[in-house]
Amino acid sequence: MKPQLLYRDDVSVTQALPTNIDAMMGDLELDTLFSAMAAGDGFLYSAAKEVILTAPPEPATILYRQQILDDCLQQPTVFQEIYGVALEALDVQRQHYFGFIRANPGSTLSGSIDVLDAYIPLLRHVRTIAMQSASMARSPGFKRFIEMVQHELSDTYLDEIATHVRNLKSGRGVLLEAAVGHVGTQIDYRFLRPAPTGWRDFVPSVLSHDAYSFDIAPRDDAGFQALESMRNRGVMHVTNAVAHAADHVRAFFEALRTELAFYLGCLNLYGRLMAMNLPVCFPTVTHPGQAVFSATGLYDVSLALQLGEQGQVVGNDIAADGISLVIITGANQGGKSTFLRGIGLMQLMAQCGMFVPAAQARMNIVTGLFTHYKREEDTTMTVGKFEEEVRRMSDIADAIASGSLLLCNESFSSTNEREGAEIGRQVVDAMTDTGVKVFYVTHLYDLAHAFERHPGSGVLLLRAERKESGQHTFKLLERPPLATSYGKDLYCRIFDDDDAVCTETAPTGMTPALDDR
Amino acid sequence: MLELVAQLFPDEFAELDSYCRRSASYVDDRIGRFEREVQFYLAYLDYIAPIRARGQSFCYPQVSTEFRELRLVGGYDLPLAAKLAREGASVVGNDAQLTGDERALVVSGPNQGGKTTFARMIGQIHYLAELGLAVPARSAEVFLPDRIFCHFEQEERLSTLRSRLENDLERMHDILAEATSSSLVILNETFSSTTLSDATFLGKAILQRLLERGLFCVYVTFIDELASLSGATVSMVAMVDPVDPARRTYSILRRPADGLAYAAAISHKYGLDYEQLKHRIGS
Repeated sequence: MKPQLLYRDDVSVTQALPTNIDAMMGDLELDTLFSAMAAGDGFLYSAAKEVILTAPPEPATILYRQQILDDCLQQPTVFQEIYGVALEALDVQRQHYFGFIRANPGSTLSGSIDVLDAYIPLLRHVRTIAMQSASMARSPGFKRFIEMVQHELSDTYLDEIATHVRNLKSGRGVLLEAAVGHVGTQIDYRFLRPAPTGWRDFVPSVLSHDAYSFDIAPRDDAGFQALESMRNRGVMHVTNAVAHAADHVRAFFEALRTELAFYLGCLNLYGRLMAMNLPVCFPTVTHPGQAVFSATGLYDVSLALQLGEQGQVVGNDIAADGISLVIITGANQGGKSTFLRGIGLMQLMAQCGMFVPAAQARMNIVTGLFTHYKREEDTTMTVGKFEEEVRRMSDIADAIASGSLLLCNESFSSTNEREGAEIGRQVVDAMTDTGVKVFYVTHLYDLAHAFERHPGSGVLLLRAERKESGQHTFKLLERPPLATSYGKDLYCRIFDDDDAVCTETAPTGMTPALDDR
Repeated sequence: MLELVAQLFPDEFAELDSYCRRSASYVDDRIGRFEREVQFYLAYLDYIAPIRARGQSFCYPQVSTEFRELRLVGGYDLPLAAKLAREGASVVGNDAQLTGDERALVVSGPNQGGKTTFARMIGQIHYLAELGLAVPARSAEVFLPDRIFCHFEQEERLSTLRSRLENDLERMHDILAEATSSSLVILNETFSSTTLSDATFLGKAILQRLLERGLFCVYVTFIDELASLSGATVSMVAMVDPVDPARRTYSILRRPADGLAYAAAISHKYGLDYEQLKHRIGS
């Protein structure tokens, strides 16, 4: 009995987190995303982190999750209620398992029986919720879950468990059978079902008629010990069975909690984004190696979450199907970094089966996501800034493979323009020629320009828009790179004074203040 | 016998006893201050002892608030020297001079050539000189600045909601708002997050403002034009081994900027050439 709400097939997937996780956490501001999903709950945070960073590499599973998530968004209370029951179940376990030690079969038995007893009403509750919501379930995954619950947790079955538990708890002693073995040893101890209670008590059972009996003298310690040992050997099998059953149910509730935690995280995020009137959609995700990437109204979900309801993020359209290299240039403060982060976040969210921050989106699965962002000076005084960048790119080269996505933000800008551009060009060429998709934000005009002269060949050149007035729209348009990024605008705004260079061209309506975003 | 005397005069001895207990932790103010202050000198001496033991020079600088000049021979970065001393190595010293109307040291040259270390060193020597300590150099004549400002690159973070360049400019603006003609400003790779033509424009505009202020400045950059901006700028270039450009010598000499960063040598060393990289990437 497994919830199977994340994977359609019963696979126990234990994927390791990617090795470049630290870089990705910072570069893509993943903490903001995970925190929004967690809404203060540490368990939801780790579930979100794990599911998002260990995405399954095939479209069928993604679709499977998208459909379940859609059910969850339609009927949030159903998912929340089941999650609540799972939490209760794990509380039960915590209370009971605390009190006994596994070594002694007798006490293990009573502990397991108590736990199992406490689980029964919770299993019934899960089943009731499942029955009530059966009509609304549309996703194969959630339907399967409901059917499984109805089938495996039928009334007959639950009643049977309850009867067993009642019998085991009855405390009327145990009935054992044993055979006589070599040289008179007792072997093959077996626990027998106790005689039923009620009117049958008056009918002597097959086993109990003709019974001989004797009493152990009250001070015969050895006698009592022998009896206890006999009892333990007899209940061994039952103990194992009951403990097994309790473990099984516990594992079910644990899996249920972990898997639902992801969907509840999505629900929290959905609530936040809806409150800000931001669009989300389920993307079409295709197989790796197809070079698909198109979206409309794509925005950076981390930025949106940080700005909150007062802020307004700008959505961008991108049509990069059949494209293996996207070069993003243009004005400072024009939304390039934000766009790049938006791309990375959308890819990650899409690959784990979530909705994505866009009005419409499709993309191919990538087998790995890597970020190469410019960093601060290394404080350990071992390497210079450029060497540090090069070293990180070399680490990426060790891990990256065909079918991956590489996001570069101002890579190789810590050397002079000519040489930085040349190194960047060689790296990009080698990456794209080996089947790695690259998005590259750069101020290196020589680099961007080199790919402009590369006709066709799957290159898309985007540039942050700047109006004649000097205003930034935070929109990215398909345009060739320019030799300037309008740093002068920024200079004149920040130093706004009589500097001759600012007054000579006198651009009107300077760049928008931050709140205007 | 004293015990018996104490029995005879219980009140007096009780008072003496409580006085002793009260004053057990008494430290004379001046002695206390001396102890605290001398700790500072001792700590510094302890810190530089292993560096000295490697034969690296320290000197007491000639300081002035009138002669606006810098003459430095064999200056080196102190924390780097301390780190290398622990690893059993020595650090390369460099000379620097600003005489007459010269005000700015513009440092260019290859990556990993010691430019940042040089900029840090100039700042440290001024700071240590102001504290009255021995400075890591063979000899030093230093003008004492009223304040030292630093402008090093910072990582871009969403929490600031500003682009890197905007952040750079804002910080520069704040420095210019406070710096006086007697300040020292140290800039490291400022404005690298824009196109070359923008960076050149911004670098010139900012350096011009700094020079107009008449203050001292160290400017680490890849933009060669800045090195010859005016008579007040002195061009310093980080040198490479002429035989093997991937080997840096860490010496920084006064000479015209040559526009060579030798970045390719480093990228080759890390296997990032087109052919190297293509073979490394798995399929």
